[in-house]
This record gives sequence, C-alpha cells and structure tokens, in this order.
Amino acid sequence: MINGVIRMRRELMIRLLRSYLAGTIDDDIDKIPCQLRPRDMASTRCCPYKDRAIIKYRLMALLGAAWEDEQDESRPLRDYLRDALAAHARPARPLTVCGTGCSGCEDGKYQVTDACRACFARPCTYNCPTQAISFRSQRAHIDQDACKNCGKCMELCPFHAITRAVVPCEEACPVGAIRKNAAGVAEIDFTACIFCGKCFAACPFAAILERSELLNIVDDLQRGRKLVALVAPSAAGQFPGSIGQLFAAMAAADFSDVIEVAIGAEMTTAHEAAEYRERMAAGARLLTTSCCPAYVEAAKKHAHAIVPFISNTPSPMLYAAQIAREKHPDAAIVFIGPCIAKRHEATLHPGVIDWIMSFEELGALLAAKGIDVMSQPEWPMPRPAAASARHFARSCGVTEAVLKELAANTHDHDVEAKAEAVAVQGRVIDGITTKSVKQLQLYGLGKLPGNFLEVMACPGGCNNGPCSLSC
Amino acid sequence: MSEKCMIKVEVCCGTTCFLLGARELLALADDPPAAWQGRVEVIATPCMDACNGNRFSGSPYVRINGTLLSGATRDLVEQRVNAIMAKPQPERSAEQ
Repeated sequence: MINGVIRMRRELMIRLLRSYLAGTIDDDIDKIPCQLRPRDMASTRCCPYKDRAIIKYRLMALLGAAWEDEQDESRPLRDYLRDALAAHARPARPLTVCGTGCSGCEDGKYQVTDACRACFARPCTYNCPTQAISFRSQRAHIDQDACKNCGKCMELCPFHAITRAVVPCEEACPVGAIRKNAAGVAEIDFTACIFCGKCFAACPFAAILERSELLNIVDDLQRGRKLVALVAPSAAGQFPGSIGQLFAAMAAADFSDVIEVAIGAEMTTAHEAAEYRERMAAGARLLTTSCCPAYVEAAKKHAHAIVPFISNTPSPMLYAAQIAREKHPDAAIVFIGPCIAKRHEATLHPGVIDWIMSFEELGALLAAKGIDVMSQPEWPMPRPAAASARHFARSCGVTEAVLKELAANTHDHDVEAKAEAVAVQGRVIDGITTKSVKQLQLYGLGKLPGNFLEVMACPGGCNNGPCSLSC
Repeated sequence: MSEKCMIKVEVCCGTTCFLLGARELLALADDPPAAWQGRVEVIATPCMDACNGNRFSGSPYVRINGTLLSGATRDLVEQRVNAIMAKPQPERSAEQ
C-alpha cells in the first residue's frame, strides 16, 4: 500500500534516473533536495532544511553509500556519484540507517490515553503486579519507573484506553538486530541481522535505507554493456500487463536477454526432491528448504540446531545464474526481485551475480525511460517455466513443487523405496517472527513434528517481499 | 426504459503512475463503493502521457468522464465521482 515513504523513495529513483539518462546528473543531483523541498513548502519534519538533508542521505543510499561511513557532511552528491560509478562494485552491506532521519521513537512504554474514564472497576490498578498505576485528576497514571511492561493493564482496560508505544523497527525485527544506540539513533547489528528487510518496511520515517546498485546498472546499460536480467517468480502481478509484456519492456530498456528465475526453480525442485529422498533413506529426520536467504541467515545466527537440516541445494537464483552464464558468458547478470536478503546471498557467492535490482528499481528504470508495460507486445518466451516453479514465490509453493516432483520422479528405485517408507510430512513457517525463530530451534532439536519444512521470511512468500510493488 | 449515464473512471497504468499509486486506485474496480454499482465504470488504461517532463510529481493521473485529475487518491476520486453522481443526470433512452 502506497504511503509517503514509498512514494518519496520511488519518486527519487525516477528523478535520479531521468537526470542520468538526460546526461545532466552532474549538474542536477545536488539540486534535487531543494527542488523537492523548496523553503515555502510545508515540511514533514522540523524545517525544510532537515527535509533536504534527509533527501540528500536518501540519494546517497541510492548511490550505494552508507550514512554511517560519511566523513565529510559538506561533500556534494556529485562526488558520491563519481565514486559509485568509478568503484563499479556492489555495496558490502545492503542496508544503512540514516541517523539524521531516525526519529528516535520512544521505547515500548504503556501509556494512558484520553479514553480513560477513571471507572469504578479499575482493573488496571487491581491487577498491576507492581502497583504502578494510580489515579489523579480522574485519570489513571502509570509510574514508568515501577512499570514492568507486562501489558496486563492494556489487556484488561474495558475502554482500550491504555496503549503501548512501539519502536516500529525494533518491533518488526524478528531477531533483535536493531536497537537504539547511546545517542538514541537506531543501529543495525549486522552480526545478528538476517537481512529480511522488515525494519526497512516498518520505519515510518524512512530512516532505514537500501544501498542501491541502480546507478551502476543503468550506467552499464547506457554504455552498451551486455546485461542479462534474471527475473524472480514473484514478478507476476507486480506490474500492469502480462509477464510477457514485462519481459518485452525490459528488452526495450536494453537488457540483452531476460530469463525466468522460475527455470532455476525447476532445477531447485528436482535437486531438493532428490536430496530429500537421499537424506530420508540415510535416516535423517528432517530437511528444510534453502531458497529463502533470510531464513538461512536466521538459522545460522539464531537457530543453530536447525542448520544441519537445511538443504544443500542451490537457490533458484543461483541455478538461473548458471543458465545465464552458459548462454551469455560475456554478459553481466542482474537479479531482479522483491528481496533485500538476495543482496546478501549474492555477496556470499562472489562472481555469480553481478548486480541486484529490486522491482521498485526496475519500475523506476522503466518509468524514467518512458516504457509503458501495458503497451508492450508479448515477449516470445523460448520456454515458459512450469507453473509449480512459478509458484515458488508464494508460501507453500516450494513444498507443493517438491511433493509433485517426489510423486513423479523415480530415478533411483532403491533410494525411492526407502524414502517412500517415510511419508512426507510437510510443514511451513509462513513469515519469520520472534516466535518462529524459536520454532526453528525446536524443529532442529526434533521437538516439533514434520520431515520437510518450508520457511519463508515474508508472510505469504516472496510476493510480499519488502521491495515488491504489492506491499 | 431509461438508464442513468455511466461515469467512466480511467486509471492511468503507465509505469510512473502505477509506481506512484495507481495500483491502489485499481481497487476501485474490484471493490467499488456500493452506490457506484451499475453507474461507474473503472478501467485501467495504458499511459495517458500526462506525466511527461517534470509533471510526473502529479502522478497518478486519472481521467473522470474525460477530465484529467492529477495526484489522484482513492478519496479524491470518490469525492469527484460522488459529486458528479449528486448532480441531476441527463437520462437517455435505452432503446436509442
């Protein structure tokens, strides 16, 4: 659902790319903050000058730079642009927190609102385990020093007059990787971060930013470098028009070839089904999917017991990259999807994927080039991917594809016979939360049933990734 | 037999408009206000070319009975359509 944060992010991308394509970016880029926030325009923060500063940091992130690395506040954006194009490299970390834009949201305290009627029952005072609630001026008051944040008062108030102030990024993070530092500014602990992007999507001040590779991709396209696009299965339904029209639009944007990552998902399905049969035949009690990089990261950092059960099968992105390399050995490969964690996965496999682009960034590129998806002809797909592989993008999709493959494929009769003795008991974790991270550990310890576990960090699957157009 | 004039709402689904909010406006086609039933037609159209130059800040664009509306939101479109519906409508014969 569109909001001010999403609109500003997309508008900045389009503006930046239009300027680049017009050949005026060197002159334009440092003017963009003033153009977007002239001094007589109502500010969204304290003043237009702070708005402009934050727009500058957003543009820096679009150039791949991190707020945390800034050495000289007076450095113009055109210098960052020059550095980004000269380095021609992917940022090491996919996220940055713009401290200037962080509102330092108040900690999760319970507060009494105007809806309090100072009722006779007063279940809040009777049930508060620390006697932190008293009544003054016909209204409940919570002594924040005594409050233990148990939430009983909120639960029991008949008027819903007690609320809990949340810190959206901390509330969204399933692994406690983002916290305010001593200066009251949010900070990501990258040793704990799983790159799920939930903080990025949750921050209402847009302080958490993706470090983009967009300018490098467009620069490569403009210079005539051969770029092959790998499009994630979740592309279906992201843009108006058909998937074939979207691919045609990408060809019109000068991508040399467009390959469905779902073709890679077919290979993942076949290998994962084979791995399931082999592991079950060898007596394993569980196999989990491996295609969601945020899940794999969550397991490695927060649920160690499940790590031995993660499939060794490469993700659809990696298989698709292999196909693209064989077909176009001289091309750079761009993965396009809705996921921030894929940026991290690409970093873990150097030389496989050259660039990562989000659906939003693809949309901005098409918009900047004036390419209308709905007006495109159908792209002649050499071989459309199987429907089950395209369904990888939704929750349960991988399980369904693997079950279908297991039912159909009988390469090794001996292994097959042994595996069949163990009926598939599929389980799905649909969205990584604090609770589901604990469940992962329990699955690893054998305390939860099931022998095939699919895990998707985003509820509903990749279709609802943090950089999808449908969110 | 006569019927009220149909109000036509065209939502620009050019890439810029789609990114900047047209996607949400298309919900008016799937889930229109009850009063619109049979009187308002909401359709997705290819790029109207209204966002050329620096006018893309006015996206998403919507055309209501031929009149272009910039910065369209669901509320704004509903207001404009409801205002048209509130005016006395010319009637036309269904047999014509």
